[in-house]
Amino acid sequence: MISGLLYHFGQYLIMMRAALARPEKISMYWKETLRQMHDIGVGSLIIVMLISIFIGAVSAVQFAYQLDGTLVPSYYIGYVVRDLTIIELAPTITCLVLAGKVGSNIAAEIGGMRQKEHIDAMEIMGVNTAAYLITPKLVAALVMIPLLVAAASFLAIMGGYVASVPTDLVTQADYVKGLRSFFVPYNVTMMFVKAFVFAFILTTVSCYQGYFVKGGAIELGRASTNAVVVSDILILLADYIIAIIMTQ
Amino acid sequence: MIRAKNIFKSFGTQEVLKDISIDFETGKCNLIIGRSGAGKTVLLKILAGLLTPTRGEVWYDDTNFLTLGKQEVREIRMKVGMLFQGSALFDSMTVEENIRFPLDMFTNKTRKEKLDRVNYCLERVNLKDNNDKFPSELSGGMQKRVGIARSIVLKPMYLFCDEPNSGLDPKTSILIDNLIESITEENNITTIINTHDMNSVMEIGDRINLLYQGKLAWAGNKSEVLESDNELLKDFIFASPFLQKLRQAALEP
Ligand SMILES: Nc1ncnc2c1ncn2[C@@H]1O[C@H](COP(=O)(O)OP(=O)(O)OP(=O)(O)O)[C@@H](O)[C@H]1O
Ligand SMILES: [Mg+2]
Repeated sequence: MISGLLYHFGQYLIMMRAALARPEKISMYWKETLRQMHDIGVGSLIIVMLISIFIGAVSAVQFAYQLDGTLVPSYYIGYVVRDLTIIELAPTITCLVLAGKVGSNIAAEIGGMRQKEHIDAMEIMGVNTAAYLITPKLVAALVMIPLLVAAASFLAIMGGYVASVPTDLVTQADYVKGLRSFFVPYNVTMMFVKAFVFAFILTTVSCYQGYFVKGGAIELGRASTNAVVVSDILILLADYIIAIIMTQ
Repeated sequence: MIRAKNIFKSFGTQEVLKDISIDFETGKCNLIIGRSGAGKTVLLKILAGLLTPTRGEVWYDDTNFLTLGKQEVREIRMKVGMLFQGSALFDSMTVEENIRFPLDMFTNKTRKEKLDRVNYCLERVNLKDNNDKFPSELSGGMQKRVGIARSIVLKPMYLFCDEPNSGLDPKTSILIDNLIESITEENNITTIINTHDMNSVMEIGDRINLLYQGKLAWAGNKSEVLESDNELLKDFIFASPFLQKLRQAALEP
């Protein structure tokens, strides 16, 4: 078990070192990066929108329920929804969902190329396949995922508004007051740090799962599942570590 | 010239190649023949550097391939073309994009120059005007030919072909053999071909190497095939009674 983990970690490091080499041809990498940005960013927008609106809405409704009959002023709803989404829910939930969508997709794409000998074919041409297949995806994810997370936190706050103001859980003035109370810019930094770290984890773990796949369709399916499971676990672990480090 | 020197290869406890030493000559079609599972693909992949041997050396002319660093390997690779057993065309790219890929990646040619080169290669394999088709829209033989076009687009000095004509009808098969042969001779390429197709052996077998259970069992050229008394060779080439009769007839004075 331990030696298995060490083996994978070592192989992962070797892959990442090869991936960070100088590109053979900037224009080819750039073209591929743009394609990936479109796939990751535009392709995930709808699901991220849906999820974050509902998360904001649910947070608002449930917090209102907990406040009911207490002395805590109702404008706290806005404040709690804002901080909850910025600090934790927007980066973590978004990236867990993206691990399922983008991660499994990456593992299946690269794994398929491995099994169909496309990777060998590129190697024979002289292409640094680790770099060509991983770097554009990584760069695209590091740009697009933080943007998606920022959008998610904004939409969650809107979702909280929609769920609580028209239903008279809180007045509009109070919700907005809550949003503007006790604002700590550092929390936004924390959100972006998490988004970057999670994006890095889910892309590279998924690339790793795909790049070293063997066998056939069953192994490919397993690699794709592993990409999601391992990314999710590592994202939650990283979440905890970042929380400890950045809130000290 | 590519030289294999005392190559051994095992997977776990299974010894797949045992002490293979072969010189593959420049400007010739060097054949590796042998039954299914004899180790042909493994040997080819070792020569191409996709697998590392357990023991032994691979020389590209004066360069000891296995001692090279990553960057030097890539430089040699730009002079290598390879046709895979399953073609390995990139299936989300068109025929033109597939063939252009090495040019895009490694050259600074203009669009026009690249297109000219792609069209020349396509013409070479008799697939003119199929630029915009996707691999899934081609027959197996056409895919093989696109694979050949892609492998020669950068004018390789070394060409590896893994079963270029398996699964093809005899006519197409001969077409592909002749194509590989003429490309080899025109450009003085070191070509290595895996095959178990007897037509190819007799058509283009300048140098024939028979692998049997991971060992080199026989080596020679196509005229020596007929005369050889090597049992393994006779068993392999003249596998059917029909071919055995043909051999008899050919040998009769
Ligand atoms: N990656 C691998 N892992 C374990 N064993 C392997 C591997 N690749 C090949 N082998 C074994 O090596 C032997 C030779 O395989 P190889 O693919 O070279 O045969 P071949 O001569 O190319 O056959 P064919 O004509 O059917 O393509 C087989 O017994 C196979 O089981
Ligand atoms: Mg084979």
